[in-house]
Amino acid sequence: MNRIIAIAAIWVALVALPWWLPLIGGYTALGSKVLIYAIATMGLNVLLGFTGGLSFGQAAYFGLGAYGAGMTLKYLAPSTPLAILIGTLVGGAAATLLGPLVMRRRGIYFAMITIAIGQLFYFIMVRWNEVTGGEDGLAGFSRQDIHFGPWLYRLDETNFYYLVLLGFTVAVAVMWMVLQSPLGHTFVAIRENRRRIEFLGVRVERYIWAAFAIAGFITAFAGTLNALLFNFTSPQDLHWILSGNFVIMIVLGGMRSFFGPLIGVIIFVVAQDYLSSITGNWMTFIGMIFVLIVLLFPRGVLGILARRVEVR
Amino acid sequence: MQLLLFNAFNGLIQGVFYALMALGLALILSLNSVINMAHGGFLVIGAYLAYALSPYLGFWGALVAGPILAAAIGLAVERLLIRPIYKRTDPLYSLLLTFGLALIVEDMTRTIWGPQGLPLEIPDVINSPVSEVYFFVTGYRLFVIVITTAAVVGLYLLLRYTLLGIRIRAGINDLETTAALGVNIYRLRALNFGFGCLFAGLSGVLAAGVLGLTPPMGNSLIMPSFVAIIIGGVGSLFGAVVGGLIIGLAAGITTTYYPAASEAVIYLMMLIVLVVRPRGLFGEEGLFE
Amino acid sequence: MTNKLPSVSRRTIVKAGAALGASAVFSPAILTYAQGETPIKIGMHDPFTGTYAAEGESEKRGALMALAEINAKGGMLGRKIELVTEDDAANAGLAAQKAHKLIEQDKVSLLMGAVSSATALSVNQVAHEKGMIYMVTGGHTDPVTGAQCHWTTFRICTTTYMLAAGLAETLYKKFGGKWYFITPDYAFGHTLQESYAKLLKKMGGTVLGNSLAPLGTTDFSSYLIKAEQSKPDVLINLTDGQDLVNSMKQAAQFGLTKKFAIGGGLSELEVLRALPREAKLGWWTLEWYWNQPNTPHVKEWVAAYQKIYTDGTYPSARTWFGYAGLHSLAMGVAKAKSLDAVKIARALEGLELPPEIKLQPNKVYFRPGDHQLMSSEFPGEVIQDGTYPNLFKVAEIVSGEKVALPVAETGCKLDYKS
Repeated sequence: MNRIIAIAAIWVALVALPWWLPLIGGYTALGSKVLIYAIATMGLNVLLGFTGGLSFGQAAYFGLGAYGAGMTLKYLAPSTPLAILIGTLVGGAAATLLGPLVMRRRGIYFAMITIAIGQLFYFIMVRWNEVTGGEDGLAGFSRQDIHFGPWLYRLDETNFYYLVLLGFTVAVAVMWMVLQSPLGHTFVAIRENRRRIEFLGVRVERYIWAAFAIAGFITAFAGTLNALLFNFTSPQDLHWILSGNFVIMIVLGGMRSFFGPLIGVIIFVVAQDYLSSITGNWMTFIGMIFVLIVLLFPRGVLGILARRVEVR
Repeated sequence: MQLLLFNAFNGLIQGVFYALMALGLALILSLNSVINMAHGGFLVIGAYLAYALSPYLGFWGALVAGPILAAAIGLAVERLLIRPIYKRTDPLYSLLLTFGLALIVEDMTRTIWGPQGLPLEIPDVINSPVSEVYFFVTGYRLFVIVITTAAVVGLYLLLRYTLLGIRIRAGINDLETTAALGVNIYRLRALNFGFGCLFAGLSGVLAAGVLGLTPPMGNSLIMPSFVAIIIGGVGSLFGAVVGGLIIGLAAGITTTYYPAASEAVIYLMMLIVLVVRPRGLFGEEGLFE
Repeated sequence: MTNKLPSVSRRTIVKAGAALGASAVFSPAILTYAQGETPIKIGMHDPFTGTYAAEGESEKRGALMALAEINAKGGMLGRKIELVTEDDAANAGLAAQKAHKLIEQDKVSLLMGAVSSATALSVNQVAHEKGMIYMVTGGHTDPVTGAQCHWTTFRICTTTYMLAAGLAETLYKKFGGKWYFITPDYAFGHTLQESYAKLLKKMGGTVLGNSLAPLGTTDFSSYLIKAEQSKPDVLINLTDGQDLVNSMKQAAQFGLTKKFAIGGGLSELEVLRALPREAKLGWWTLEWYWNQPNTPHVKEWVAAYQKIYTDGTYPSARTWFGYAGLHSLAMGVAKAKSLDAVKIARALEGLELPPEIKLQPNKVYFRPGDHQLMSSEFPGEVIQDGTYPNLFKVAEIVSGEKVALPVAETGCKLDYKS
């Protein structure tokens, strides 16, 4: 019961965000970015925290989603829903197709093979100048207002935030249902004791493939929204540094808890935004936050609550 | 054909840097079980301290002092920050911590020495082409090879013939048994971390002679070094060195035929290795899974 | 030992005239200030961390100088101005985010900044969407005032084409027409190389070959070897920043600098300074240089710079970008007599910079067709044994108007709302 109240409170706060965020020094685009990164990291956490697959190349699918959406708007058709759909499918399909390569590896090997794939996509985007804009990034497209029959939904700053919030709500609901289903229980069981599950005759690799594909679709979906946020995307959105940042946000917040990544994203994105405005030495402060969180919160900030919120 | 040989040689030089970095990373990964994202930071520390000291000690003195000071700082960092988290089994925590350290080091370097690039002046003796025909073989490049070889041979002898070295190898093989035999593994791990940072510092000074100094200079070397470890095989120090040389060579050869892919090729190689033979060339099966 | 920059905090909200600022805070009269008395804020994004931090710092210093001068003369529309600076870390996504922050949170009225081309393009999108004037200081890529130009965007630094055209003729006349190219493999490099090749063919020379080097290449030996084998008159090295430092060092180590002339595209005082002695050579284009004995106001300006920044540095082209950028905005607002973006844009079109701001001989103005500033190129040779700041000998100051592509060929169609 308490949990339902907590979740309802969070959701109400998110709905009201465009009103209260500017009062405390934020701005709507920051709220959109936090939610977009939260979708991406929570998606990644289905794989990382709940199945135990350490993906260090998740930015690849984020970036593929972003480029998919951007190129759809630029070359194909001026439709926001179509851009989101195609971007999500491109990124998700890439993850699904590459899953079989990844699913057999464990631990550091899993991390490195995902990095390898991610970096290959990164270099494609950087080098394929004519189509992707190369190092300069992909520009020259903009999100289009959405038509529902006679109604028009204008995608200004605030309305785009609500579109992102809708996406966040849907993605959270989908992930919650997945993790509550037998599939999700198997994920957690694999994380806890892979060998035992194997002895039970479960084909573990297929489940890891499924988790990898689900994470890929959700991060790609986040990527499409990210491209629409600033009407721009660049190869930096596929680089391993962003992948690493996603992992770090998850560990910051607590990777065993469902909403942990959201907390990690808030700490990471808001601290960077705020600190880099007031001090030139913001990197030192961010670095110190990381060090202190590792030393003081062994399971991430939400780790203490993890036992309660954990999906069993 | 001649061009190919030239490029292969150049790739090998690049590979020497990767090998030196990878060796330090592999030491720390194997015994300390830490994925040291701050390794590039120790490279920067070594390079900048050498730069700062070279007016007083000369190039040669700085070449020795830079890495040693980097190792000393490494020892302090290990004692204060890394040791408290050895008991956490998940390597993600040390990764997060060292990533934070890397940010701090880059920022402090910029605050102290400024954001602009700085040149490390190299003595003329080792800075000119060795011969007119093979103009690409400069003294400095040979010098880098000689120093690296000496460092690698030195580490080999240390691991092979000294008590400390034997303990480090034993610790890499089986930390629990080594501890049970009465070896102080905290000290062992601390010294090992120091050695890793020494190698990072050395590659920093050597790289500064070719690339100059900038605060983010370590960032571009760190990921190829991880690639070198995977290709050489996790758990094998020899593999890390060979892996570094191989990816350097591969990048050099690719440059001859298709320059646009010269960076991507090492990730392609890593992908193939991980699909076909995940333990790499010389690694053991199942380490760090 | 080193030239540590004074610790100006990022995003300093600079209130010019500290005494005046203090009295305003402590005086109860602040309550009676009319709306017109609140300062006008100008948002600046630039990299203060990462690879381009030195260039970003220079641009900020120039802008701060302009800020003090503008406020000393009564500000904009009778109101004081403030500069709000944000670190974009040369990351395009972060730059766009910071642009939103400047607009929505800090309520700035005008935008300026950029060193990296990608950040210029991403903020270009944001500024256009918000209908806000954006003065690009650095960021050389052609689309900013070409295929992706917007009515809101103006640019101080020159286009890649202008960089090439500024130097090509000098090199051709001096050394001959057989050229080999080393080109960084991204949009900026490609455009620059194509511009050079076009110009070279027009003059009657030949392209012996072109090596594409990925951005961030540390080892240029293979390209240098290919170049050496083709026996060129001139090796055109189009790399920039750290890549330029690396390639020139290696060319010097290989002894190639004694075999043929080496020239290139853009160089910068910040880059030349980082070169070791043996690599300080070749022919390049600067976009501004502090040593112009025959140009009025330059000496005074350099002296003014050094009075504020006492770390022994000299102003670079980047410093001038920041300086000219903020002054241009102020002049545009003054001419428009309004903060309305369309009016400012119209006022800036054709606006000519006065001698004390342009700090160079030729006519310098914003071209109405693409909003590109027609500022000069400074082709010349690096002084081998020069010590900072005497690193460059300007051969000629080429008028920007003479070397820019005609508007019709830039691909720019300004998108004013009708």
